[in-house]
Amino acid sequence: MRRIDALRGTTPPKPHDARAIAALAANPGCARRALMDGAGVDKDAAARHLGFPAPFGQSPFAITRGNQFEALVKSDGCAELLRMLRELLELPIAEVAYHDVENVGAHLRHAHTRALFERAARGEHDAGTLYDHPLLSLDIAGHTAYLEPDVVAFQLEGRFHIVEIKSFAIVDGQADPAAVAAAARQAAVYVLALRTMLEELGHDPLTVSHDVVLVCPENFANRPVAKLVDVRRQLAVLRRQLTRMTTLDRLLEELPEGLTFDLEPGEDGLPLRRAADLADALRGVTARYAPDCLSTCDLCFFCRNEAREEGASDLLGRNVRDELGGVASVEEALGLADGTRAPREGQEEIARLLRGAERLRQDCLA
Amino acid sequence: MSLLTSLAKLRALQEGRAQPIATVRHCHLSDRPMVFIPLKLSGEAAAPLAAMFGTDRQAPQLLVVAQPRNRDLRFAFTADLAGLLLPYLESFLADTETVERKNADPYERALDAPQLLLPNRAGVAFTALLGRSTRFRRTDGPYPVPEGVPLLGRWLTYLAERAAYPGSSLTLAVTEELSRHWASGQSALEDANLAALMAWVEGRPSDEAEDPLVWPPAGPATDPGFDSEVLAPAIENGSAERITEALRTQLEPTWRLMWQAADLLRTLPEGASVAQRWELDRGSYSGFATQLAEGGPPQARRDGAVAAASRLSRMERAQASYDVQRAYDDPLIMADHRLSGEAFAGEVVQTEPDNFEGEGRSRKLRPLVVVKTDDPVRLPPGSALGTPQRKGQGAELVEAAGGLVTLKITKGMGRGKTPAPGSVPEVGERVCYTTLTDDFQGAATLPEPEATPWTHGGPPLEYVPNDDDAREAWE
Repeated sequence: MRRIDALRGTTPPKPHDARAIAALAANPGCARRALMDGAGVDKDAAARHLGFPAPFGQSPFAITRGNQFEALVKSDGCAELLRMLRELLELPIAEVAYHDVENVGAHLRHAHTRALFERAARGEHDAGTLYDHPLLSLDIAGHTAYLEPDVVAFQLEGRFHIVEIKSFAIVDGQADPAAVAAAARQAAVYVLALRTMLEELGHDPLTVSHDVVLVCPENFANRPVAKLVDVRRQLAVLRRQLTRMTTLDRLLEELPEGLTFDLEPGEDGLPLRRAADLADALRGVTARYAPDCLSTCDLCFFCRNEAREEGASDLLGRNVRDELGGVASVEEALGLADGTRAPREGQEEIARLLRGAERLRQDCLA
Repeated sequence: MSLLTSLAKLRALQEGRAQPIATVRHCHLSDRPMVFIPLKLSGEAAAPLAAMFGTDRQAPQLLVVAQPRNRDLRFAFTADLAGLLLPYLESFLADTETVERKNADPYERALDAPQLLLPNRAGVAFTALLGRSTRFRRTDGPYPVPEGVPLLGRWLTYLAERAAYPGSSLTLAVTEELSRHWASGQSALEDANLAALMAWVEGRPSDEAEDPLVWPPAGPATDPGFDSEVLAPAIENGSAERITEALRTQLEPTWRLMWQAADLLRTLPEGASVAQRWELDRGSYSGFATQLAEGGPPQARRDGAVAAASRLSRMERAQASYDVQRAYDDPLIMADHRLSGEAFAGEVVQTEPDNFEGEGRSRKLRPLVVVKTDDPVRLPPGSALGTPQRKGQGAELVEAAGGLVTLKITKGMGRGKTPAPGSVPEVGERVCYTTLTDDFQGAATLPEPEATPWTHGGPPLEYVPNDDDAREAWE
């Protein structure tokens, strides 16, 4: 068994999705997360088993609404989507073909997607085409992740466009910036995956547009509206983070012998491993907790708890940490501030500032 | 975030209790605030689900949309809300004072104004959306809505916009005000949770605040677990009473927290400039009510170029003045500037009240003051200074060396041959001087909207109400 697979052990692997990859790029320095994701460990199950269930959940109302909206946009062979794309991308009106890749067996989908796109890029389809449920792949730290964009649009002599269907509203041309940013990060993952595929096939990767099509409900109605979103910045960030991400091999080499994140599922799939054992194994790999993890990573509460036990200033957020100029522990920073601890080399400046700040606080609160 | 705040956060973490980062309260707190806790249906842009609100902590009002996807019920909810909120919003209009102005007609300003207290920023954003989805409706024509709905929409839009205006207290997000006055031992992200932040301020931080079963979220989003296990079956069941009671359980804990938060803020004495900013709020409130009375159109969907530029300029000036006023009102905020070298405080060790400069007609009184300070002074000679101890006084830095700062007073010591009594600090007095000044800044010169240049899209189209606006879907 490969070392990376041993890390997951007998637990069935959990595939990456674009959201996970986008989040991975948000915290590329976290070895714990890189390894768990690389090995395909179900972090959600692990967190629950550890007694630190993730704070995420989706309301059934939101799920229903999202599904309804996607169904509406895709109904009748994406008729509604087509109407919008014609205006937005100037797709040829008459000759639009629609391929639903989902109709083939799941194991064949990736190969099928590849073949379809190969033909399209060679110009064998002579019409604008929509590909529903294509399956793309992307190499993440030496491992292949499979990804499923909502729709890919292809336009004759033109370019591929990733289409992302989201159910948050665009009101008067404005949407929730956080939601748009998340959608853009996710779409950037698809753009990168599609570009990589075309490059492997020997085509110009830049035929995949960096303008993705975001389809959302307009105002307070269910009527969809399509907008182009430029994801060049997200792409650049993603590419940089993915290359910079310590390759798993190097991380694996540093692991103690026999370390595994195996949940040891029983016949009913529920983990049987002692939670304390699993926690010890996880602590064997360094995490880099930041409050942002609370909205992206299943393990966030476990890592936050660990950061609390260590008294790490990471708990307070990146801006506090930056302000402290690299003093990582709360105790150390407070020691420097009240002068009970002598600054180590390189800490003289921050120690002087902290002492000044402490003096001023005492002065004002006395 | 400043280093002082960061240090306070570290201290909070160590002591398990939030630490003060302000010594006075920088927002106005009404004697009769309207606490407003809206809830929305998950997954929808602006579908109201319920609201708990009121001015009496013993008697919250609860309105519920029993079938949140039903458009008629949604408008009925808004109409009920209007029936209860509008009388409050308008109740401050009767008592006014006349304000005289230079080169303009006097106007009437309300003596007091309404105040909306919301749990968090997301609540303010939802209030704005609720306003947006109702303010263009019409009470007559093809798709009439109940009386009061469009009017409430305009008020909610106005109040949500004021929340973004620096220093305004007409609409407050309570978590934001709390974290302006106390530093908790958690991150800003976690501070947006009212229960968690309150627990820190009260010195009993606990993860219970994050457990939706103990502390339901303060809205506008409901807990997904509640949605699937309680609300969805109740809606399925169709019993309005069951839905109402379910939502009450989600709102009541936040209702109590909101009043406790207001109590906590009230323990701090009000900052010296708060009344001045509240006066601006009162003027703004009266101005908006006048616009409504004169039949002005509802607020535009998007500002035109000129309106946007002028709003930005107003907000920038308000921000600058808010920052300076807070520093002048609060030594703990001034401390940030002392740490960065833009201000210094210390004891007066020597004065020369009758120092003169210049000869003949240009001979001017320039009292000299020497201050001994421990602060790092990073100001060049000639810097213009102001002081919180004597507002209106101007000074200039002469020399700073070895913990001694010499300055000369240039303004605000009277016109006589000797300084006016009390205008020059005495030896032994503690003083603070800073380069921050809240000087009047003129408004940006902008063209009339009709003269918007083509580079900015040309003159905006005039708003004409139409039936499309009135019947806009609200699904």
